[in-house]
Amino acid sequence: MISREVTIGSRIGLHGRPAAAVVDLAAGLPVPVHITMNGRTADARSIISVLALGARGGDVVTVHAEGDTAEGALDTVVALLARDLDAEPGDV
Amino acid sequence: MPNQAMSDRLAGVGASPGRAAGPVYRKAEPPTFDSLTPQQRELDAPVTAEQAIAALCAVSDDLAHRSASARNRGRGVAADVLRTQSMIAADSTLANDVTARIAAGRDGSEAIAEAIERYKELLTTHGGYLAERAADLDDIRHRALAYALELPQPGVPDPGRPFILVADDLFPSDTALLDPTSVIALVTRRGGPTSHTAILAKSLGIPAVVGCAGALDLADGAVVSVDGSTGQVRRVSAKQAARIQDHARLARERLAATTGPGRTRDGHPVPLLLNIGSAADVQGVDQLEGVGLFRTEFLYLGRSDTPSATDQEQAYHEVFAAVGPRKVVLRTLDAGADKPLPFLSMPDEANPALGVRGIRVTRNRPELLTSQLEAVAAAAKARDADVWVMAPMVTTRAEAEAFATQVHAAGLDMAGVMIEVPAAALQAHRILEVVDFLSIGTNDLSQYTLAADRTNAELADLLDHWQPALLQLIGACAAAGTAAGKPVGVCGEAASDPVLALVLVGLGITTLSMSPPSVAAVRASLARHTLDQCRHLADLALAARDAAEARATVAASTAAES
Repeated sequence: MISREVTIGSRIGLHGRPAAAVVDLAAGLPVPVHITMNGRTADARSIISVLALGARGGDVVTVHAEGDTAEGALDTVVALLARDLDAEPGDV
Repeated sequence: MPNQAMSDRLAGVGASPGRAAGPVYRKAEPPTFDSLTPQQRELDAPVTAEQAIAALCAVSDDLAHRSASARNRGRGVAADVLRTQSMIAADSTLANDVTARIAAGRDGSEAIAEAIERYKELLTTHGGYLAERAADLDDIRHRALAYALELPQPGVPDPGRPFILVADDLFPSDTALLDPTSVIALVTRRGGPTSHTAILAKSLGIPAVVGCAGALDLADGAVVSVDGSTGQVRRVSAKQAARIQDHARLARERLAATTGPGRTRDGHPVPLLLNIGSAADVQGVDQLEGVGLFRTEFLYLGRSDTPSATDQEQAYHEVFAAVGPRKVVLRTLDAGADKPLPFLSMPDEANPALGVRGIRVTRNRPELLTSQLEAVAAAAKARDADVWVMAPMVTTRAEAEAFATQVHAAGLDMAGVMIEVPAAALQAHRILEVVDFLSIGTNDLSQYTLAADRTNAELADLLDHWQPALLQLIGACAAAGTAAGKPVGVCGEAASDPVLALVLVGLGITTLSMSPPSVAAVRASLARHTLDQCRHLADLALAARDAAEARATVAASTAAES
C-alpha cells in the first residue's frame, strides 16, 4: 500500500460540491482509495464517509491506495484534493 | 381557521434580505415513523431489506431527477446540493448499515431511521456547515420511509396564488424547484443563517426568516409581512400586504437593473460611498467604492477622559480592516457645545450651534487633534489603507491650511475639509489652494445658509435640500473643485435622494456618500441619466424660484425622460 499527504485546497473544506467531485472521481478509479484524517478513514467512494471526515480547507489528509495502478490513482485524487474546487464556477 | 395562539408579531433570524407580504401556506410535513399510528405500523410492517434498499434507491433517483431539473432552470447552487443529497441516499456505506440492522432483526423502516440517525450525529459533531447538512439526512429518511410505507411524498403546497411558504424546516428537494413568482418568501421554525433555506432564498432573491419559533402557529391563509433583514414576521391587512408587495417589486426592479460602481448612463463615474459611525456600520461595502464619512465621535462618547492612543488605533484598525482596500474618508472629532463631551468640559454657550465646535475646539485643545491624527496614521500604515482625513466646521482658508499641514505632517496624504459654513463654500476656490478635497455636509450647510435650527421641526421647509440658495453654494464648491482638478463630494442627506443626486452630479459633485439603504435607488437613478441630462436638471433647479418649484420642475423633467 502507498500513501501520500495533501492539504485540502477548497476553502470551505470537503463539503458539498468538492466532496461530490472527489467521490465521482474515486468511483471511476480501478482501485479503492481511502482518505484518513485524525484517525478516521473514509472510503473515497462513499460521500457520507467523506463528509464525516469534517475536513476543512487547509487541513492535511493522508490518501491511501493499493494495487498495480495505485500510483496513478493516488496522483489523480491528490491533485483534485489540492485544488480550490469552491473557486471554480459550476455549470450554472 | 383563526389561531388564538398566533400573536401579531413573530421574531426570527433574517436569512435573506428583502420584504414580502401575502398569505402563508404550510409545507405538508412528511410521515415519520414516530408519527405513524400503531395500525399503520402494523399494516405496513415488515419492510424487508430489499424494500428498504429499493426505497433508498428511489429517493436517490428522485433527487437526481430534481437536481437535473434545477440545473436546467439555471439553479446551479440548488442542483449541486441535490446532487450531493442524491449521492448520500445511494451511498453503499449507508445501504450496508441498513442491511446489517435488518439482518440483526430490525424492521426496515426502523433500520433506515436508525442508520440515518447515526450519520446525522456524525455530521452534527463537526458543527457549522456539516451540522446544517444533517437536515438533508432527515429529508432522505422522510422520503425513504414514505416510499417504503407507500405513503405520499412530503412537499410544497400549491394554493394557486403567490404565497409565503412556512415549514418546520425546508430541504433542498422542497426548495430547489420553487418558483419565486409563486413563493414570495420563506419562514421556517428551524434553521440558521447558513441553512438551505437561507442559501437558496438568497440564490432565488426572495426574503427568508429562519429560526422563527412561532412559525408553525401561523394558520394557512393568514396574511403576514416578512422582513428578511430584521427577521420580523408580522400580521398585516390585505391592503398593507399589497402595498408592501408593490414597494418590494419596485425595489427589486431598481436593484436588478443596476449593480457595480456608481456611474451615469453614459459612463461618467460617480463613486457611491457609505456614511458610518463605527466598524459595525460597514455593511455591503463590497458593493460600493468605500466610506465617504467615518464619524469618529463614538470613540469619545460617554468618556470622562481622552481615549488612549491604543484604543483609538484599535478602533480605526477595525474600520480599515472592514473596508479593505477601498477609500475611507475619516472626519476628525466633531464636538462642541451642541454635541457636548464630558471630558472637554466646555462652558455653556448662549448660541452653541455658532460657538466653539468642530475644528474650533482645537483652538484651546490642540492635543486632541494631534493625538487623533497620530492614531489614524498608525492604523492606516498598519493596514495599508487608503485613508483620507477631513476636519469639520472649517470656516476660513487659514483654518484649512493649518489642518492640512498637520495632516500631511502626520504622514497622511489626503487632507480635506467639510463644507458646512457658507463662508467656506463661498471661499471654496481659496480653500482648495491648500487642501486636497472637499466634502459638503448638506445638513449643517443648510442650517447655516438658511439660518434655521436643524432640530426645529417647524422650520423644516427652510431646511429643504432643494432650496436654490443651498444648491447655489454646492454649485460654487463643485465649480471650484472642477477648476482645481480636486474632488468635491456630498456626504449629507441630500446625497441619498435619488432625484437630487442627479442635480448634485449635474452641478459637478464627484462622489455621493450615504447610509446603506439609500444606495440601490441612487445607483439606479444615476444609471438612467446621462451627465448632460444631470447638468440640464441642475440648471432647472438653480433657475427655480423656490425649493418646491425646483423639486417639481426636476421631477417633471425626469418623468418626461423616462
